[in-house]
Amino acid sequence: MDANTLFGSLDLVAGSGYTLNSEERAALQTSLRILKKDHKFNRVLFWGKILGLDADYFIAQGRGEDEMKNRTSFYSLNCTDWFQLPLATDSVITMVTKAAKGRFMGDPSFVYKHDDPQKQGAEDEEETADIVTEEMRLAVTVHAIDKDVSVVPRGAFVKRHHGLVQLNRSFGGLSESEAKKLDSYLHFSEPKNLKKKSILELAELNPAIDFLDVVSDDVPKGSWSLQVECAGTVCVLRSLLWLGLTNYCVPMTQQHGYIYIGDGIKNLNLPFMI
Amino acid sequence: MTTWSRYLSQPTSAELLADQQRLLFVRPDDAEQEEELVETALPNVSELAFFLEQAGVGLGKEEMHRIFLALKQLVDSEELQRCRLWGKILGTTSSYIVAEAECKEGLEEEEEEEKEEEEQSDEGAVKKEEDPLLQTNLKPPPVVPKEALGTGANKFMFYVCSEPGLPWVKLPSVSPAQITAARQIHKFFTGRLDAPVVCNPPFPGKEVNYLRAQISRISAGTQASPLGYYEMQEEEEESDAEDSYEVNPDFEGIPVAEMTESLTNWVHNIQHILPQGRCTWVNLAAKAGDDSNENEEEEEEEDEPEPEIGPPLLTPLSKDEQMFNIPPWNTRLSSRLTPQHAVAVLRSNLWPGAVAYADGKKFDNIYVGWGVKYMGEGYSPALPPLPQGEFPTGPEISEAVDPAVEEEESQEEHEGSQEEREESDEEEKEDDDDE
Repeated sequence: MDANTLFGSLDLVAGSGYTLNSEERAALQTSLRILKKDHKFNRVLFWGKILGLDADYFIAQGRGEDEMKNRTSFYSLNCTDWFQLPLATDSVITMVTKAAKGRFMGDPSFVYKHDDPQKQGAEDEEETADIVTEEMRLAVTVHAIDKDVSVVPRGAFVKRHHGLVQLNRSFGGLSESEAKKLDSYLHFSEPKNLKKKSILELAELNPAIDFLDVVSDDVPKGSWSLQVECAGTVCVLRSLLWLGLTNYCVPMTQQHGYIYIGDGIKNLNLPFMI
Repeated sequence: MTTWSRYLSQPTSAELLADQQRLLFVRPDDAEQEEELVETALPNVSELAFFLEQAGVGLGKEEMHRIFLALKQLVDSEELQRCRLWGKILGTTSSYIVAEAECKEGLEEEEEEEKEEEEQSDEGAVKKEEDPLLQTNLKPPPVVPKEALGTGANKFMFYVCSEPGLPWVKLPSVSPAQITAARQIHKFFTGRLDAPVVCNPPFPGKEVNYLRAQISRISAGTQASPLGYYEMQEEEEESDAEDSYEVNPDFEGIPVAEMTESLTNWVHNIQHILPQGRCTWVNLAAKAGDDSNENEEEEEEEDEPEPEIGPPLLTPLSKDEQMFNIPPWNTRLSSRLTPQHAVAVLRSNLWPGAVAYADGKKFDNIYVGWGVKYMGEGYSPALPPLPQGEFPTGPEISEAVDPAVEEEESQEEHEGSQEEREESDEEEKEDDDDE
C-alpha cells in the first residue's frame, strides 16, 4: 500500500488479523520517505511482511515511471535499514524452487541445502553454482506473489501511449455494486488471457483500462475470498493461494491497495481445501 | 420516475448492517448504577486490543471496539459468568467472530439429548411396523461418548457471529467422532453455519460442527499462560480433578525478557485432546462387556486396549513436539528499541494465527486465522477406499434363466398338436383302409 496512506489503511486490512505496532509504523514513516528520496522513486509502497521463524522481514517496493516494469523491492529486519533484493531472473527462480523448502528462517544469509541424490557425483562443481540464500528466496517469493496475486481495481491504472502503465489520477473509485464483483479486479502483471478472448468480449473492453487479466478468470474458481468488512466500509479481497495477501478497496473513493503479511509459502493444497 | 423510486426504496446491505450495529451503541437506562459496582464478566477488550497491537495482531481499532460492545450484548443477554474473546476465523464468503464462555450448570444440554432420543425411537418404531426385515448380527463399532458439558473438550461454550451487532449463535458441544474426523480433513470455512463439509473421510456434521471441532483443537493446542499463573486444585482424588485449575493469587509475574527466552515459562492451560477425541480416555471394551455378560470373559482376554495418556494440564510448552522440522513456537519481544516496556509475544507455527502475549501479570491468547493447521510440504488427502471385490462367478452359482410359464405352455401345446396330427393321420389312414 502506498506509503503516504499507510497509516489510515492499516486498519482497513487489519481484518485479516495482522497489523503493525506503533513503533514499526513510526519507523516506516521516516525510513520510507528517506528511501524514496535516495532512489528517486515516484512512489514507495509498503509491500508487506514475511514472517520467519527467528525474525520477520519487512518488504517495501519502489515504483518508477512505469508501474508494472520499474519495480524495485527492498527488505529490512528493523524498518529502518533497507537492502535491495536481487532481481528474480528465471535461473534464480529455478534454483530457489528446487532448494528452498519450509518456513523462512529470518536470517538473510541462511543457505538452503539442496538434497539431490542424482547429483552426488558432481557435488563439488555444483555446490558453488547452486547456493541458494534466503535473500534470493525472498526476492523470488516477492516476485511470485506480485505475479500471481497482486490485484488492482479496474480503472485504477491506465496504459498510456508508449505502453507506460501509470496511476489513473481521475479514478473515482468503484461503485458499491461493482466492488462486490470479482470482475472489477484485475491482476497487476503481464496479461495471459487477454488474447484468448473472443472479439465480442473484447468489444466491451476499454483498451486503456482493460489491459490486464480479470481475477474472476482464475483457476481454480473460488481461490479468492471477497468480503465486506469494517461495518460495510471496505471491500476486502483475500487470496487463498497465497494466504496472507489482503487487497482492499473503499468504494466510491480512490483508496485501494494491497499488503501481504504471512509466512511466504504458496498454498499448494488449495484445490483440496475449497 | 419508477427507476428512481426503486433505487431509493431498497436499502443496501451496508445500510442494513449499520441499522443493526446502531443498537450496539444504545445504552439501556436501567443498568446505569449497577454497572460500576458489580464485577463484570465482560473482558476489557480495549486493553486487549492495545496489547495485541503491540504484538502485531489486531482487527483494527474500530472493529475491536464494535466487538467489545457486541460481547457486552452477549454477556447481558445470556447472563454469562465469564466471557472471553477467543478470536476470529476467516472464511471464504464471510468470517466468524468467536467468543468463549464458561458453562452454566448444564440443564440445556440434557433437554437436547432427550429430544434426540425421542426422535430416534419414533423413527425406529415406525420402521419396525413397516418392514419386518431380518435382523443382522452385525453390531456397529461402539461410539465414543461425548464429554459432559463443563469437562474436557466441552469445558467452555462458544458463540459465533459473522459481524459484531448481528445476533450471536451458540455452537453445539463437540463429539469425539467430530474431532477425529476434523483431524483428517483440511478444508476452508465458507462462513455459512449450515454448509455441508464435503470431504473424504466424510465429516459427521455440518460446518457448525466442523467449526466447533477446530475451535477445540486450536484451544487445546495453542492456549498458553505464564508459568505459575494457574495452579492445580488438589482437593479431590477422583479423575474429575484433572482438569480443574484456578488462578494463583500469589502470582507475581515473570519478567518479559524471561518469557521470550525460554518456553518453559509458558504452560498449556487447556487439556490435550487424546487420539480418541476426548480429554479423558474411555475404555470401550469395558462398556461392551457390560451389555452382553456371556462374552465378558472372552473380550477381556482378547485385546485390552491400552489407555491413551496425554500430557497432563499445565505442562510447559518446551515439551511440545516438533513437527515438520520446525519448532512449534516462536517468541519475540514487541519492541526492539524500548525493551523495558515491551510485551512478550508467542506465536504458534503449527496453527498460524494463534498468538499469546504476556506483560508481567497480564496475558491473553487470541486466534485470528483461517482455522487450518500447518500441514507441511506435500499434503495429500485420504483417498476413498477401493471398491470391495465381488464373489468370483462360476457355473455353480450363476443363474440360468427359467423358462416362462407361457413358453412352457406353448411348448406343451406344440407337442400336443403334433400328437393329434399323428393320431388324425392314423385315423385317416384307417378310414381309407375301411373304404
